[in-house]
Amino acid sequence: MRILEGRGLAKRFGGIKALNGVDLQLNKGELVGLIGPNGSGKTTVFNVITGIYRPDRGTISIEGMPIAGLPPNRINRLGIARTFQNIRLFRNLSVIDNVRTAYHPHVRYGPVSAVCRTERFFEGEKELHAKVMELLSLFSLQDRSGELAKNLPYGDQRRLEIARALATEPKILLLDEPAAGMNPTEVGKLMEFLLEIREKFRLTVLIIEHQMRLVMGICERVVVMDFGEVIAGGTPEEIRNEPRVIEAYLGKGPSGEN
Amino acid sequence: MKTLLRLGRFLAPFAAAAAAGYGLEAGGAASPYWIQIFQLACIMAVSALGLNIIYGFTGLFSLGHAAFYGIGAYTAAFLMKSYGGESQLLFLASLLAGGGAAAIVAGLMGLPTLRLTSDYLGIATLGFGIIMKVLFDNADSFLPPLGGARGMTGIAKLTNVAWTVMFLGFSVLIVRNLVSSSHGRALIAIREDETAASTLGIDTFRCKMAGFVVGCAFAGLAGGLYAHLYAFLHPSNFDFFKSVDVLVIVVLGGLGNMSGTLVASFGWIFLLEGLRVILPPGYIELRWVLIPVLLIVTMLIRPQGLFGIREFPFLRGESE
Repeated sequence: MRILEGRGLAKRFGGIKALNGVDLQLNKGELVGLIGPNGSGKTTVFNVITGIYRPDRGTISIEGMPIAGLPPNRINRLGIARTFQNIRLFRNLSVIDNVRTAYHPHVRYGPVSAVCRTERFFEGEKELHAKVMELLSLFSLQDRSGELAKNLPYGDQRRLEIARALATEPKILLLDEPAAGMNPTEVGKLMEFLLEIREKFRLTVLIIEHQMRLVMGICERVVVMDFGEVIAGGTPEEIRNEPRVIEAYLGKGPSGEN
Repeated sequence: MKTLLRLGRFLAPFAAAAAAGYGLEAGGAASPYWIQIFQLACIMAVSALGLNIIYGFTGLFSLGHAAFYGIGAYTAAFLMKSYGGESQLLFLASLLAGGGAAAIVAGLMGLPTLRLTSDYLGIATLGFGIIMKVLFDNADSFLPPLGGARGMTGIAKLTNVAWTVMFLGFSVLIVRNLVSSSHGRALIAIREDETAASTLGIDTFRCKMAGFVVGCAFAGLAGGLYAHLYAFLHPSNFDFFKSVDVLVIVVLGGLGNMSGTLVASFGWIFLLEGLRVILPPGYIELRWVLIPVLLIVTMLIRPQGLFGIREFPFLRGESE
């Protein structure tokens, strides 16, 4: 079943065509890799899907509902959460507050209730605390809940950002280079972890990643971009042998062969 | 019941402060002059807490805080002068109306400007402050009681220690309870990273609007108290430089830090007046050399503000 469908997405920045008619489909429960050389438009796809940029042309829909042009918060409420390539945690907030913030749209007490400190407020906060700690323990971050996000080791920051995204209770999770800067052991752990959370939260996942071991290891389908266009798509096995992909990464051989 | 008990526990120190103020005045230990300065400090603290919500917690750079302070001052003073007489109840109503007027104007002003990023918002609020100053200067042409550039007189002296301390107490309580709730955390998230906050489902425009309006309402309330403290209003009390005063207090105390705002408000007001006493006659204007030097030194030593991220125990939001 289609859960996300993008058609003919185009976005230009001045004279640069960042996206030039991109089609992208995600089926429910899939784990899809989005790869391509630097500057091929992968992150722009994320920004267009999550509403940070409005596409110049094209349509996007979640479960049939059109979302292009909606603000990011509305799109998130419809079920899309993401992480960022250059980790964008709330650096000066504690680990627990980073995740609590993401639960904000679900909070059931109003500002007046908060100011008057009614029972409703205390119940709401207690419930929130329990939910957050449960999520953090899944990420083995429960013992660091009081630490400031900026003081966490790099790998933990990456994982905290995923936890924060999951707190919004998404259907679709977009991960922008989750394995960047990780050593092979950490990448291995991350791969297992991603498969685990997909099961647990019934997610559809789209991953931008340069580490081929991760992409080839866990993605069921891979989409390849170059110069703002989708140049190939298929199983990791098919992609590995696709001449256009090899060309995009390595360039053309002298006689047009690889 | 539990809520009332907590409220009582929180407000008790403020009641004690008010009682102490009256005691000192009655006992002759503090002159009416210093009591007035104390009230001014409380008023400044209310206004600065408002700006702290706007700039410190939500991260919206506003250079027009004094304009909202002025809107509250003129609104409350006009209402009292025209309809209120000496009634304490109507005084309270006028103060709230002053806060309300500031909030409404802030809302209208926020609709177009809060879509701007922080630096541009600073310019927009600066422009707004200048427009308001011109408006106050010429207010007598459409509402003669406001006095325009000649100043507004005939305002009843209704502000007293009890009112100022009470408003300060409630302001501190409201700000503390707000920022240590999910709604406050949403504001702080916007300050930290607006884009990330919006991708987490937070309606950033609505939250920024709420923070701005509430912060300006505090300025309006404080303005009303100010109007009835000195019984005289002049447009120059609400110009750009007065906005900068509040900004300095908030930055000096530490952005997003309530303890710092309180200490800096009192420190600022008492230092200004204290130097008047300490400095030999003829050298009083040296204040404007000493204070900037002090500011520079403080910012060099403690760029994160006096308190950084620590708060007085009674200002830590407990979630029990």
